[in-house]
Amino acid sequence: MSFSEFLAMGGYGFYVWTSYGLTLVVLLLNIIIPVVQRKQFFRQSLKQKRK
Amino acid sequence: MFLIPDIVVRFYHRMASPPHYYAFTQKIMPWLVVIFVLLTAAGLYGGLYLAPADYQQGDSYRIIYIHVPSAWMSLFIYMVMAITGAIGLVWRIKLAEVISISSAPIGASFTFIALVTGSLWGKPMWGTWWVWDARLTSELILLFLYLGVIGLYGAIDDKKIASKSVAILAIVGVVNIPIIHYSVEWWNTLHQGPTVTKMDKPSIHVSMLIPLLLMALSFKFYYLIALIQRSRVELLNRERHSQWVKTMLSEQQQ
Repeated sequence: MSFSEFLAMGGYGFYVWTSYGLTLVVLLLNIIIPVVQRKQFFRQSLKQKRK
Repeated sequence: MFLIPDIVVRFYHRMASPPHYYAFTQKIMPWLVVIFVLLTAAGLYGGLYLAPADYQQGDSYRIIYIHVPSAWMSLFIYMVMAITGAIGLVWRIKLAEVISISSAPIGASFTFIALVTGSLWGKPMWGTWWVWDARLTSELILLFLYLGVIGLYGAIDDKKIASKSVAILAIVGVVNIPIIHYSVEWWNTLHQGPTVTKMDKPSIHVSMLIPLLLMALSFKFYYLIALIQRSRVELLNRERHSQWVKTMLSEQQQ
């Protein structure tokens, strides 16, 4: 099986890869958001402390 | 307490204490990530490459490897959210409340993924993006329940009261869970019946079943990782005036 055949998914490439791509984005967001929030928490708390 | 070994009781008490939970989850995180990556790699390789195309649905069926695990997770996480919510309500364990509310966005995400990938699978196979049948509608209601929990929690400033309200909403919503599960048996629908959880013999070939189970397990580990990330932030915010957070902050400053 060639790589382009693999990407084509027997003609269903659009549906399959959109599904996988969207899943990847949503799952990544769920990891990134809390990491950003934690950094924010530390930044704000340290700022308040210095006042 | 006679029936529970001492070590289990001690582990439980340690885990229910926020600073221990915070430190312990940090320690196990790398291991969880390694297991998750291995399971996902194996599951995707098996599902997208090794498994043959379906004799009726061609390659479109490969959406199953994210659609079905996501749908399972949407139900599983809801049960975790409702049960930890109930534990928080009855015994007022702060960590249970934190686990409960931190589960909501992850559960909503999996519900969203299950609905959208189902739609993307339905279009080429059923010829339509959406039908108002029992399975799809009850899963959509699940998404609204999750969003209701998130919205309600955010709308109440006192997080103790917010946790109680959210727990009650989550517990009432449990009635939807068996409806989703049995909807394909109780009502006639376009959605196919269960292929894996049938009691006698799963009607799915083993070369397709193994990657599916690997992905289901991989999503469980993803949930653990995402839950830990969210719950640690939630814990920090709730405990920001407590001694252990202050100590940690002063250590960070140096």
